[in-house]
Amino acid sequence: MDIALAAEDLAFRDEVCNFLDTEFDAEMQAHLKSKGTTGMVAWQRKLHAKGWVAPNWPEEHGGTGWTATQKYIWESERSLRGIPDVVPFGLVMVANVIMGFGSDEQKEYFLPRILNSDDWWCQGYSEPGSGSDLASLKTKAERDGDDFIINGAKIWTTYAQHADWIFCLVRTDNSGKKQEGITFILVDMKSEGIKVNPIIGIDNEHNLNEVEFNNVRVPAKNVVGEVGKGWTVAKALLAHERTGIAGVADIKRTMRLIKDAAAKETNGGQRMLDDAGFQQRMADIEVELMALEFTELRTLATMAAGGFPGPESSLLKIKGTELQQATQELRMELAAYYQGVLPTNMDPSVLGHEFGSDARRAFMYGRAATIYGGSNEVQKNIISKYVLGLE
Amino acid sequence: MNFDYTEEQQMVRDSIARFVQDDYDWDTRRAIVDGAEGMSRDNWQTFAELGWLSIPFAEADGGFGGSVIDLSVVMEELGKGLVVEPFFPTVVLFGGLVSRAGDEAQRTSILEGVIGGETLGAFAYVERQSRYALNDCKTSATSSGDGYTLNGEKVVVFNGENADKLVVLARTSGEQFDAHGLSLFLVDANAQGVSKVLYPMMDAQRVANITFDNVQLGADALLGDAGSALEVVNAVIRDALLALASEAVGIMGTLNAKTLEYTKTREQFGVAIGSFQALQHRMVDTMMAFEQSKSLLFKALCEYEIDPASADTTIHALKVLIDRNSKLVYGEAIQMHGGMGITDELDIGHYAKRLMMINATLGDGSFHRSKFIEQTYAA
Repeated sequence: MDIALAAEDLAFRDEVCNFLDTEFDAEMQAHLKSKGTTGMVAWQRKLHAKGWVAPNWPEEHGGTGWTATQKYIWESERSLRGIPDVVPFGLVMVANVIMGFGSDEQKEYFLPRILNSDDWWCQGYSEPGSGSDLASLKTKAERDGDDFIINGAKIWTTYAQHADWIFCLVRTDNSGKKQEGITFILVDMKSEGIKVNPIIGIDNEHNLNEVEFNNVRVPAKNVVGEVGKGWTVAKALLAHERTGIAGVADIKRTMRLIKDAAAKETNGGQRMLDDAGFQQRMADIEVELMALEFTELRTLATMAAGGFPGPESSLLKIKGTELQQATQELRMELAAYYQGVLPTNMDPSVLGHEFGSDARRAFMYGRAATIYGGSNEVQKNIISKYVLGLE
Repeated sequence: MNFDYTEEQQMVRDSIARFVQDDYDWDTRRAIVDGAEGMSRDNWQTFAELGWLSIPFAEADGGFGGSVIDLSVVMEELGKGLVVEPFFPTVVLFGGLVSRAGDEAQRTSILEGVIGGETLGAFAYVERQSRYALNDCKTSATSSGDGYTLNGEKVVVFNGENADKLVVLARTSGEQFDAHGLSLFLVDANAQGVSKVLYPMMDAQRVANITFDNVQLGADALLGDAGSALEVVNAVIRDALLALASEAVGIMGTLNAKTLEYTKTREQFGVAIGSFQALQHRMVDTMMAFEQSKSLLFKALCEYEIDPASADTTIHALKVLIDRNSKLVYGEAIQMHGGMGITDELDIGHYAKRLMMINATLGDGSFHRSKFIEQTYAA
């Protein structure tokens, strides 16, 4: 048992740090804060130029070929600097499906465009009537010659307002079990009959949407995998990558922001960092976070050795999101009525407190973390069935 | 980076697991606990023969020269079997102090007996008023002739009933709360002026209050340097906290496994109670509590291997987490066993009591959280 990194991993870490510290400069930081997608596209293209935009892709398709340890180092160094991850819908999600199940034609057309951030993707899974019970989805695709005609609606579609393409689970057959008769299909967002309705989030931002499909005609060649096997395809996607899922480095960074702010904020002349109650709240989170970091490393070590992650990996999503929310909550309390309980972001000069960034927005948007990607309650169902063997 | 046990560590683990499986079933353990000494001398001899008592000691002292991870493996397995024989007080505390503070003559004369299973030891450090503060020490050792005269009282001395030899923390100079001026003394448990009040703790271990009334000690009774005992005591406590955390992890894993098994077989309303989502989600919570505790233990062990002192903050965190998570685990284990869970007959309650004892040993969660805060947020 030891935690030392090998010499080549240490060298790799130096290279990563050097790259990030050089390329994530003030200009890029400002660019990323701007509205819309141009900042993110610019950053992703910079990563692509370095060959690092797709750590999880195999080398043959333009991935990095990194080991599990290298991916972990990359994730940690990126998060610690507050650099956003690439937008996952194209580079992580649909790319994995296309690489695993797509036709040669789909691979040749889509993968290079995804690598170069030419297309912006969104995910069409949830429906107004299908949340955690995803297999109950009703959006219908009916065969018409070489095409499918899609009718229905998808919801909670992040960034649909920017998207060029949407990958959807649609129902092509109603006759069997509800998991059967689902098909995975790629739809051009410019198709006639698609309407995007904005949903303003609890964070007052427009990230979420409802996407309506009214007789949308989609070529059958856009089906990924076999017609009727979409559930299998979707499940393979859910099982894709487990490292980094706990977001330990992100949570560490939030704790650092909290400590920095608590050293400046005062109550009755006493620094919040010296407040016994506040110290206990921080300590309770940090203790759990230190443990989670090693739970993540245990998973990583198993994977690096070529093994399949054990039961310890199942809790990464649950514990990670719980801790994310706990840190966001603490940060909100520190921001209080200076930047916390305001309806939208306000010029810090009005109240004279600078919290570096958006405690409120992170807290409000962060509520989604325990809901998306399979709610934490669904995760517990999965663990009790597959890890504990309870039926 | 790896978190695997070595082949040697796996062999030790398997050998203890086999002992628990074959020779330490619940009825056997109950008979030992109810017996005159509250431990089995035969078992202790077996531990010696199998080499377990030698594991943490240096090869030069006749030991196995094991690492803290080796010790952790032993403690986790002993925890799983709820082994009541005094490994922790004799080997980890008493043996640890002699091995770290003793001169060659002391190490030679004492550790041989510990390793061979002939000598049982104890560390007398708690006083009526001291709770978890080691510096709060009224027991005094004053110079007399070539040696010392020991006066005072120690309470809740683990293995105090059966120990042949004691290491006693006593003040040789300074005031009651001074960190300096403390020294360690080797005292024969049968020496003139030593008297004991015996009682068991809730986890069935036998302890004692020990009074020292003008006990005369030779110069060779002093263990380590006079006046600076806390340094070596803290080093031994670092090992001891990791040992206790390892034992707690073993117990938590066992409680979870027993509870899971029970919910799969116990039927109510015509179905196994493990089919109820209300229980399933809580068993996921206890599983996570166990895995998280184990992860933090691994972090502490890995840091210790690089530099023991560098692990201190993590060890405080570990005691906090073990305190919190063990309460969840034993609480749910009792609850899910229903009426049986609150009987003396079932083992569940006894595992719970050992966890409660561990939480109260060498500082509880609140105590260590304060230490963690001191080290982490100090201005």
